[in-house]
Amino acid sequence: MKKQSRRDFLKLLGVTGAGLVAGSGTVCASQALHVNDEELGMLYDATKCVGCKACMSACKRVNSDYGSLSYETAKFDSDGLWDAPSDLSGSTRTLIKLFKESDQRWSYVKYSCMHCQKPSCVSVCPVSAMTKDKVSGIVDYNKNTCIGCRYCQVACAFNIPKFQWDKSIPQIVKCDLCKNTNLREKGISACAETCPTGAIKFGKRKDLLQEAKTRLQENPDKYIAHVYGEHEGGGTNHLYLASMPFNKLGLPDIKPEAPAEFSEKIQHTIYKGFIAPVALYGTLCFIAVKNMKRNDGNGKHSRTEEDK
Amino acid sequence: MAHSEEYQKLEGKIFTKSFFVLLFIVAVGFFFVGVRYVKGIGAVSNMSDGYPWGIWITYDVATGTAIACGGYAVAILVYIRNRMQYHPLIRSAILTSMFGYGLAGFSVMVDLGRPWNSYNFFIPSKWQANSAMFEVALCVMAYSTVLIIEFIPAILTTIENTKWERMRLVRDWLHPKIAPDADAMMDKLELVRRGAAWLKPRLNKVLIFFIVLGITLPTMHQSSLGSLLLIASTKLHPLWHTGFLPLLFLINCVFIGYAIAILESIISCYSFKRPYEVEELAGLAGLVPWVTVIWLSVVVGDLVSRGQVGAALKLDFYSSFFLAEFFLIGIGSTLLFSRKMRRSPRWLFISAAMIVLGGALYRFNVYLIGFNPGKGWRYFPSFAEVMITVGIVALEILGYKVFVKLFPVLPNAEIGRLKAEGELQAEG
Repeated sequence: MKKQSRRDFLKLLGVTGAGLVAGSGTVCASQALHVNDEELGMLYDATKCVGCKACMSACKRVNSDYGSLSYETAKFDSDGLWDAPSDLSGSTRTLIKLFKESDQRWSYVKYSCMHCQKPSCVSVCPVSAMTKDKVSGIVDYNKNTCIGCRYCQVACAFNIPKFQWDKSIPQIVKCDLCKNTNLREKGISACAETCPTGAIKFGKRKDLLQEAKTRLQENPDKYIAHVYGEHEGGGTNHLYLASMPFNKLGLPDIKPEAPAEFSEKIQHTIYKGFIAPVALYGTLCFIAVKNMKRNDGNGKHSRTEEDK
Repeated sequence: MAHSEEYQKLEGKIFTKSFFVLLFIVAVGFFFVGVRYVKGIGAVSNMSDGYPWGIWITYDVATGTAIACGGYAVAILVYIRNRMQYHPLIRSAILTSMFGYGLAGFSVMVDLGRPWNSYNFFIPSKWQANSAMFEVALCVMAYSTVLIIEFIPAILTTIENTKWERMRLVRDWLHPKIAPDADAMMDKLELVRRGAAWLKPRLNKVLIFFIVLGITLPTMHQSSLGSLLLIASTKLHPLWHTGFLPLLFLINCVFIGYAIAILESIISCYSFKRPYEVEELAGLAGLVPWVTVIWLSVVVGDLVSRGQVGAALKLDFYSSFFLAEFFLIGIGSTLLFSRKMRRSPRWLFISAAMIVLGGALYRFNVYLIGFNPGKGWRYFPSFAEVMITVGIVALEILGYKVFVKLFPVLPNAEIGRLKAEGELQAEG
C-alpha cells in the first residue's frame, strides 16, 4: 500500500512538472516588450526649472474636482494661506522638490507618474482599475472599480500611486496627464501648459526623446549624459534631463527589464491556460478516490459514513 | 456507529472565564475596526504610502493563512498519501483552517480602502489574470467556502443527534408572550433534524471532491502569496527576492501546516486535560524535517546561484533576520530527526513552535522586514492596528473553543486509549 501511494505521488509530480515545462516554453517565446514611441509623455529638464511651482498649483486647480485633491497646509501656516504639500500624497499629483548638495550644486526635480511602457501598477491591479490607454499610453485610474488593496503602491518602483489615508472613502491619487481635464480641453497637460521656462515639454515620446538627445548633444557639459526614463523599468513616457545624478534626485536606479515582465512570466508559466491547476485537481481526485475505495475494501478505517 | 465515535464533543461549559477574557479582547479590536471605518485607515494604523501593507496583510493574510494550513497539510497526508491513521486529526485541523481563512478574509475587508467595490472580482470584464492578487483573492474565497462545506458533516452529525436542549432553554428564558409554542417549535426542529439526516449521507458521497478541491486551492494561492512580491524587485531585499518565491511559499505553508497541527493538538490536549495523541503526532513530526530540508536546500541553492551568500552572512539588519528565520527552522527540524524527541510532547511542542515561528518569520521578512520602499519611509504597527489583529486572533481562538464544545471535532480519546492498550498488550 505504501509503495503504491508513493508511485502515485511521483506520477503526480511528473504530470504537474510536465505542465509547467510546456507552459514556460511558449511564454518565453511570445513575450518581448515592444516600446511604443507614439505614446504621449513629458520631458522635464531640471536645468531649466526655476522652482516656481506654477505646475503644482495649475495641476491642483485643474484636477482638484475630478481627482479629489485638496489643499495641504504647512504646520506653521495655521491660517491655511498656502498649499504646501511636503511630498506626493493623496491630495497632490505632482510636486517640485529642491535637492541641494552645496551652494553651487543643487537641482530642482519634479515628481509625477512616469507613465511606464509596461506599468507595474496595471500589471498587478486585480480588478483592472489601473489601465494603460493603447493609443495615448496614459496610465489611468478608475476609482469606481478600485477596491483599495494598494497593491499598485507596493508594485510601483517609483512610489507614485498615493492613497488617501485620512479619508473614510479613500482613493488612489496619481497623475493621468490631465486625461479628463486639461488634455481633453486644450490638448496639453496643465503643468506643461503653465511652465514659464519651458522646463516641461509635452508631446509624443519619440519627439521628446529626440529633443532630449539634441539638448544633450548641444550642451554636453550642462547635463548628465543620460535620458532618465529611456530604458528604466522597460522605458517610461515621462523623461528626465538633469545636471545631477538621478538617484540623488530621488529617481531610483532601475534595470531596463520591466519588473512586471519578470512577475508576469512566472505567473503565466504556472497558470498558462489554467492547465496545471486542472491537471492537479484531476490527478489528486484520481488518487484520493482510489485510496478511498481501497480503504473501504479493506474494511478498516472506513472513511465514509454512508456504508454503516 | 463506528465512525461517529472517531470524533467527540468536548464536554464542558461554554461560558468560562477565558471565554469572557477573549470576548473582551475581541470587543476592543472591533472598536478600532469601527474607528477605521468612520475615520479612515490612517486614523488607526501607521501604514503609509511607502508601506502600504502593514501587519493586517503580513500577519492576518500572509502568515495567518499559512498557520491555517493545518487542514491542507493533514488532508494531503490522509487522502493523497493514504495515511488513514491521521484521520482523527483532520477535523480540528479543518476547523482551525476555517477560522483562519474566514478571519483572513475579514481582515482583508478591514484593510481594503474601497471594500464596496469588491464585487468586481465576480465581473469577468474586470478580471486581471496578470495579477497574483486576483488569483489569491478568488482562490481564498473559494477555499473558505470549501472549508465550510468540509466542516458541515460535523454540524450535521450534531443536529442529527440533538435533543435541542439549548433551544428549549432559550425558549423557556424568553418571556411567555413572545416565546413560540413549544410543540410547534419542536415540530419545526424535528424537520430540521430529519433534513440533516437526509443530507448527511448525500454530502458524504461527494465530499471527497470538495476535499480534493481543498487540497488544490491552497496549492494555488499559497504559492501566489509568494508571487505577490515578485514585482517588488526594487523594494524587496535580494535575500528574499527570487523567482522561487512561489515555490518557497508553497513548501513553507506545508511545514507550517504540519507543525501547527502538532502544536494545536498538544495545546488543546493540555488545556482541555485530554491524553496526548503521541502516536499520531510522532508520525506527523517524522515528516516535518523532510519538508523543511527541501525548503532549506531551495533557499540555500537559490542564494548560491544568485551570489547572495555574502549578504546572508553579513550580520547586518537584514542578514540577522534571515539567519533567525533560517536557524529557527533548521534547529527545530533537526530536533525532530530524533525518534526520542518525537515521542516527548514537550520536545514536540518546542520544535514545532520553532518551526512555526521560523516559517512565520520568513513571511514577515518577505512582506515587511525585507521590504524597503526607499529613503525616509518607516513602519512599525500602531497600538490600534495591533489590537485589531489581536482581536481577530482572539475571535479565532474563541470560535475554536466554542465549536469543539458544540460539535464533534476532537479525536475520540477513548479510541486512542484502547489503541494504546492494545499495542501494549501486543508488545507484552
